[in-house]
Amino acid sequence: MSDTLLRIEDLHAGYGDFVAVDSASLEVKKGGIVALIGINGAGKTTLMNTVAGLHKPSSGKVYFKDEEITALSADRIVAKGLSLVPQGGRCFTRMSVQDNLLMGSFPKTARKNAKAMLARVYELFPDLEQMKQRPAGNLSGGQRQMVAIGRALMGSPECLIFDEISLGLSPVVINDIYRIIKRINKEENTSIILIEQDIRRALKTSDAFYVMLKGKVVLSGKSDEVDPETLKKAYFGI
Amino acid sequence: MYIAQILVNGILLGSVYALLGIGMTMIFGIVKLTNLAHGEFVVLGAYLSTVLAPLLGIDPILTLAITVPLMFILGFLLQYGLIGRAMKKGSEPALLVTFGLSIILQDGMLMIFSADARHIPVPYSKDTIKIGALEISVLHLVLFAISLIAILLLSLFLRNTYMGRAIRATADDADVAALSGVNINRVYAIAMGIAMASAAVAGLCVGMKWTYDPSVGGNYLLIAFVVVVIGGMGSVPGTLVAGILFGMAQVIGGASYGLLISYILLLLVLIFKPKGIFGK
Repeated sequence: MSDTLLRIEDLHAGYGDFVAVDSASLEVKKGGIVALIGINGAGKTTLMNTVAGLHKPSSGKVYFKDEEITALSADRIVAKGLSLVPQGGRCFTRMSVQDNLLMGSFPKTARKNAKAMLARVYELFPDLEQMKQRPAGNLSGGQRQMVAIGRALMGSPECLIFDEISLGLSPVVINDIYRIIKRINKEENTSIILIEQDIRRALKTSDAFYVMLKGKVVLSGKSDEVDPETLKKAYFGI
Repeated sequence: MYIAQILVNGILLGSVYALLGIGMTMIFGIVKLTNLAHGEFVVLGAYLSTVLAPLLGIDPILTLAITVPLMFILGFLLQYGLIGRAMKKGSEPALLVTFGLSIILQDGMLMIFSADARHIPVPYSKDTIKIGALEISVLHLVLFAISLIAILLLSLFLRNTYMGRAIRATADDADVAALSGVNINRVYAIAMGIAMASAAVAGLCVGMKWTYDPSVGGNYLLIAFVVVVIGGMGSVPGTLVAGILFGMAQVIGGASYGLLISYILLLLVLIFKPKGIFGK
């Protein structure tokens, strides 16, 4: 076994004639945090949705734990341990907070650990335990984001993808959520991919980064060695 | 006393109307599909019970042990192999497939069972019991018990099991459900199986209460439709309340005005609460 957990090779994806991801390659190491940055419309979300099985690639390959998972359906990819927290803290709004979380234990492999994981999620997010019977639709944006993270954690994933987790949240809540992401990474050794608009925060949190522009990965490297000038050029394509 | 009698009869019969709507509302809420074959599913359930009871020499109610699993499997396969495929092309093709199914089922039943009106006979169909000044039909009590148990079991299943939660989650946001590890196509197939199993139970009730023939499916589709819209699509408690309201309308209006009253009710709901009494 190599220490690479997720490997994306030359992936292409689009919507009809529109090419959203135009040859993207990316690697995530076991226990690593990778930041995926880029302007709106660069193809970050499409790339990660394709990896998670929500979108079908037109070509290219995705390997997870040295096993090809390209174009598997989303439910089978989750069962293998790769989980995506979609943009905007999407929850099952008509279901209670606890039922939302329990949905994360749906894969058969996760069910026997459901009780322990529920306790773990409530330990990470004590607020959620207070409101476990409330419908998720009544929660604030930050709380909904916590429910979405908790739901993904319930399946004990080995790799977690967060799509613009800080979008529309207050700075205090963002700090809280980032602290918890780091805890998850450290305590469970979960690899993490952060899609983020906030470049500074993304680089501070991650070990490695990738910059996408017009569907291509235009720059990558170690987060603490990045040259701001090169990054700016790659980011805006100037 | 007259009002109490109406209330009781409306509630008892209303549970059957609610049961008619339950299968429809599940498909609306979960698969996001208007199942135009639901009425024929109900009639098919009625025929199965009518034929099986004398054949096996058992009480008609006991035929549910066969018809419910049988119709569940049929619904599962129909969704997985046929309707689900059409859904990939969009919602209109899927709608047309259910319309085609309703015609095929209707003509198929006409070929096999002829156009003669049938009925599921039960020995207690004329019996009544008196509670104070109230006179209650035993048949209505039995139908009420069957419908309520069926709806209660379904609610418990949806509330407390992993698959039940997955069904509710899929109704809420199918993408996120898939990201939680749910096989959406399988959930759709199970939902259609449950809808058809509920139609088996509704068919038994309908066959015990009224006479039927292969052409009456459309009437039951219409009733299910009204109940579902009044109650709010996809809501189980809403369907129960709407079924009872519909039942009251039938009892108050009788054969001449019952449907008229329920359509006026439907219009009022559409004007003042277009998503239904329990709709969100």
